[in-house]
Amino acid sequence: MTKQSQLPAYFGEFGGQYVPEILIPALDQLEQAFIDAQQDVEFQTQFQHLLKNYLGRPTPLSECQNLPLQAPTGTRIFLKREDLLHGGAHKTNQVLGQALLAKRMGKRRIIAETGAGQHGTATALACALLGLECVIYMGAKDVARQQPNVFRMELMGARVVAVDSGSSTLKDAVNEALRDWTASYHTTHYLLGTAAGPHPFPTIVREFHRMIGAEAKQQLRDRIGRLPDEVIACVGGGSNAIGIFADFIDEPNVDLVGVEPAGKGMTTNHHGATLTAGRAGVLHGCRSKVLQTAEGQISASHSVSAGLDYPGVGPQHAYLQAIGRAQYVTVEDHEALQAFQLLAQYEGIIPALESAHALAYALRRAAQADAPEILLVNLSGRGDKDIDHVRQLLAQGDLS
Amino acid sequence: MNRYHLLFQRLQQRQQGAFIPFVTLGDPNPELSLTIIDTLVRAGADGLELGLPFSDPVADGATIQAANIRALASGTTRQQALAIVQTIRARYPDLPIGLLVYANITLTPNLDAFYQQCAVAGVDSVLIADVPVRSAQPFIVAAQRAGIAPVLIAPPDASTATLTDIAHCSEGYVYLLSRAGVTGAEQAMAAPTAQTIAQLQAVRSAPPLLGFGISTPTQVKSALAAGAAGVIVGSAVVDLIAAHYHDQQLLVAELTHFVQTMKQATNNHVMPLPLTQI
Repeated sequence: MTKQSQLPAYFGEFGGQYVPEILIPALDQLEQAFIDAQQDVEFQTQFQHLLKNYLGRPTPLSECQNLPLQAPTGTRIFLKREDLLHGGAHKTNQVLGQALLAKRMGKRRIIAETGAGQHGTATALACALLGLECVIYMGAKDVARQQPNVFRMELMGARVVAVDSGSSTLKDAVNEALRDWTASYHTTHYLLGTAAGPHPFPTIVREFHRMIGAEAKQQLRDRIGRLPDEVIACVGGGSNAIGIFADFIDEPNVDLVGVEPAGKGMTTNHHGATLTAGRAGVLHGCRSKVLQTAEGQISASHSVSAGLDYPGVGPQHAYLQAIGRAQYVTVEDHEALQAFQLLAQYEGIIPALESAHALAYALRRAAQADAPEILLVNLSGRGDKDIDHVRQLLAQGDLS
Repeated sequence: MNRYHLLFQRLQQRQQGAFIPFVTLGDPNPELSLTIIDTLVRAGADGLELGLPFSDPVADGATIQAANIRALASGTTRQQALAIVQTIRARYPDLPIGLLVYANITLTPNLDAFYQQCAVAGVDSVLIADVPVRSAQPFIVAAQRAGIAPVLIAPPDASTATLTDIAHCSEGYVYLLSRAGVTGAEQAMAAPTAQTIAQLQAVRSAPPLLGFGISTPTQVKSALAAGAAGVIVGSAVVDLIAAHYHDQQLLVAELTHFVQTMKQATNNHVMPLPLTQI
């Protein structure tokens, strides 16, 4: 009977492998390489060496000194500082892991999709470091509005291909990378950027980001001698969230909260809250929640933050939601922009607009009458990339 | 007896291979799409492979992506697309009609309802471009419950085990990929290897139809010579639609000429595969 994957491909009813038949051998090869690497001391040593001496792990855990401004129960907010990682966001963790896997498989060419350019930048730097050819697919609209990131990727030797199909944004960049891969899988690794896609990507991406939560757990134990009450992270595809959740899933007294982008509001069509408003479906290789029309066409999403602007989501999040282990809430564009400014003004940290969604929820939570004592927020990236965009939005004065 | 089986029997008697064109339902709009499909059949198509339009067709190259976009932009709904099929079915009761879809479409509203809609419209087979055989079981079960033949795609470099599974799970025909990559005439087909054909024969596969990158009569001949029971030609047909849809008369003339030329190339073909009873 049909050969199945070696590791579990599903999280409950979500996950699996929904790709053209021709890609199955490439996914099996990747799974085998991952299994081998997890048990290979040499691989782990090299990965740990790069995480420490090239990326700058472990990242600090910073307690907010002045925020929250209102906290009736004295809630304290701790920030896991993935913004200080080389590359400017958590993305680089798993990119290095996958790039090492690609080398292990003897693949010399890397393709990747990118929305705002964060995953593309992380991939480009890893390829420069490890001597791999790098092609980044990016929606034509994103290429136009993220020129500095395009130049940054090109500086590091990547070729950026503008994708002019569909909505010309992230989902179309993923489509184009998948199309490339169906022709090139013998020599090319598709370095998928989030905890979505066909098995084994959601598992690999989670495991290569797991240190985010593991470090934070230890840091909190050392600092305050206890675990957090809530772990909070923004969710687009869901990689930074699953990275900080992973080590807390089996801690029954720790609540997990994913924050989705409500964009211009959940009563409009201009949001990217896939878990909150989506329906089970298949997008980009896995069964998960999907923003779609009544007839099953994929909807365009919206968020002020390009990294959360995606109509799909990682299958493990759909599962954690379905079994009630994690809850998923929403934050609108204007709330994220406000949190972005508050963190800059009161703590001297400029967060990525993505991470500002998680912070906005933490500030909302801390102001509630039943707010818990300790909130752990994944500050997944820094906001340098967003400066021009936010300046324009503030100048327009139209944040709703 | 299903329509594919009867078709392959007829063709064997005539010593012909099958010529099956592909177009997207609703391209460029539902009205003209019906005219286009009717033209293909009148010009000599042995069967039809029809795509339900989808927003994110990852297995398709630029030509068929554009067809999906035209169909959706003209407002083609599922109901309209299947109404075209139903009309064609009524006009040509013996014609095998296959649908090519993406997984997300089949889950709306749910698998059983989707296949039931297909059955009511007169569809014979459904192929899902992004469902590999290891994930196919629920789709196959739902298809069979509705009396629809499941068709799977066999890649050119598939292992013996995978080819065997695909052959066992496919009814009507097996969609044999001529090459890696996505659909499109830009990259030409490669003929299937004797080994692939022999492996399919060994497990009593339904007849293999070769697809991807076929746009000339010479390619049709070499596909049949290598052991394919016929060819599926998509992008070359859709290119004609894209070029001429503003001039219906010219479009009909061009499509007719193309189908006649390609069908002509299927003559004098001795089918190497034994026909399996399905």
